[in-house]
Amino acid sequence: MIATRAEICVVACAEAWRGDGEILAAAMGTCSILGARLARLTFEPGLLTTDGGAMLTAEPVPFGAPAGPVEGWMPFRDHLWLVQNGRRHVMMGASQIDRHGNTNISAVGAWERPKSQLLGVRGAPGNTICNPTSYWIPKHSTRVFVPKVDMVSGVGYDRAAELGPRASRFHDLRRVVTDLGVFDFGTPDGAMRLVSTHPGVTVEQVAAATGFDLVIDGDVPETRQPTDEELRLIREVLDPRSLRDREVRA
Amino acid sequence: MNTSKIMTVEEVVGSLESGMTIGIGGWGSRRKPMALVRAIYRSSLKDLTIVSLGGADVGLLCAAGKVRRVVAPFVTLDSVPLEPHFRAARQSGAVEFVEYDEGMFMFGLLAAAHRLPFLPTRAGLGSDVLRVNPDLRTVRSPYDDGEELLAVPALTLDAALIHLDRADTRGNGQYLGPDPYMDDLFAKAAGRCYVSCERLVGPGELDGPPQTLLVSRMHTAGVVETPNGGHFTDCGPDRARDEAFQRHYATSAADPDAWAAFAERFLSGDEAAYQEAVRRWHEEHEEQEEKAR
Repeated sequence: MIATRAEICVVACAEAWRGDGEILAAAMGTCSILGARLARLTFEPGLLTTDGGAMLTAEPVPFGAPAGPVEGWMPFRDHLWLVQNGRRHVMMGASQIDRHGNTNISAVGAWERPKSQLLGVRGAPGNTICNPTSYWIPKHSTRVFVPKVDMVSGVGYDRAAELGPRASRFHDLRRVVTDLGVFDFGTPDGAMRLVSTHPGVTVEQVAAATGFDLVIDGDVPETRQPTDEELRLIREVLDPRSLRDREVRA
Repeated sequence: MNTSKIMTVEEVVGSLESGMTIGIGGWGSRRKPMALVRAIYRSSLKDLTIVSLGGADVGLLCAAGKVRRVVAPFVTLDSVPLEPHFRAARQSGAVEFVEYDEGMFMFGLLAAAHRLPFLPTRAGLGSDVLRVNPDLRTVRSPYDDGEELLAVPALTLDAALIHLDRADTRGNGQYLGPDPYMDDLFAKAAGRCYVSCERLVGPGELDGPPQTLLVSRMHTAGVVETPNGGHFTDCGPDRARDEAFQRHYATSAADPDAWAAFAERFLSGDEAAYQEAVRRWHEEHEEQEEKAR
């Protein structure tokens, strides 16, 4: 079976939760939500996942489906408590992200009178300083990957370092998945590094779509292909309506 | 004890004053006390500080020029990510914005609900929330760890407005949906809390598990029955969000001429007129859908 780019992305998102065990996999965006549920159905069965609302579902449910049997209850207030508790790995979106993983979902332009008001910081400051955080960015471009974000909503490695070891001890940016590749911050100063490019994407393409210097170590591998079983789960169980293709075009 | 706290929408809004800090319950486009918000929209109130997990409540009041300052971690319509009126108000500089992280916001309400000056948290540290709120202060742990934490000041409210699925005439309130949001915290953080409800019942007639009894009458100053008063936001098991109408709202709000027509059609009369106008809009909308098929 040949995987589409969206399916490559779902599996790359799923990989973010590998090794996490019994924690809440919180996800935003179609491929990220599918990735959390796929990870739970395959290599990370201890994960907890939601119905997109307040229910922790007994089993991973198809995208947009009702919760079905429930194993727990997680209203918004408990999500916010769980952020502070830390047994949660969230994969958020970002309208802007910089070289050290500072992200912006609040407003573009001068904050005092923005050119474009977006959502507001939401839970991004608390998420990034309290529990593991990854990002899913469906359209990798120089509009998103910028030298400096206009309003730091999610805290990056340079900002965390300034806080000192105590205040930043739970800060843990894991990976960034985009429609072009996978990135992490496994460098001495926490700068973003290209981990892999998706099949059919070149390193040059990634660099051209990025508004800052990426760390690129030697030969960059290709993002892994989904297994046949993963493809079956994505196509037949989790997303039979192919909503993933609306987020990442083939 | 048989003192009834039943009020009308107009009486609730008539008890509010310009310049007040008003908390509005719900979350995004979920269980918002929209009948009360629409009444403020029609009122002569102004210079309000609105504390909210914001949705169309914030948007409508910004559109009506009622708002001096918004205190919120976000303003969103959920299925429509960005609130057009709030965006316009921010982009034109018409409102001040106190932008908090969601956890900070909850801690601010918790502090107010427990009469504490602040509560400490890590949430917010390292982010630009501190840059855009220069009045925020940190506090150092007095214990051996000595950790420096953000001291979130109490979000004390002059009044809170919340919308629940059921309430009794004494002002006890019940939610029947999947999430209480922060409504009980809004009630406790406020000098007085007004509860609007889908259906009002007599004392002792709130059926359901005891943990659904979210707000006690000890925190309630007045209660008002507003059937479909959460419209168009998601409202418990009784009424899902009116997505078609919300799209109509959001599309209209993004264009001045379309908004003038929307306001004339839906917001120029009282709550009963609003509900009737929405009913007619749906009839027309469904006829059009029928023809398109």
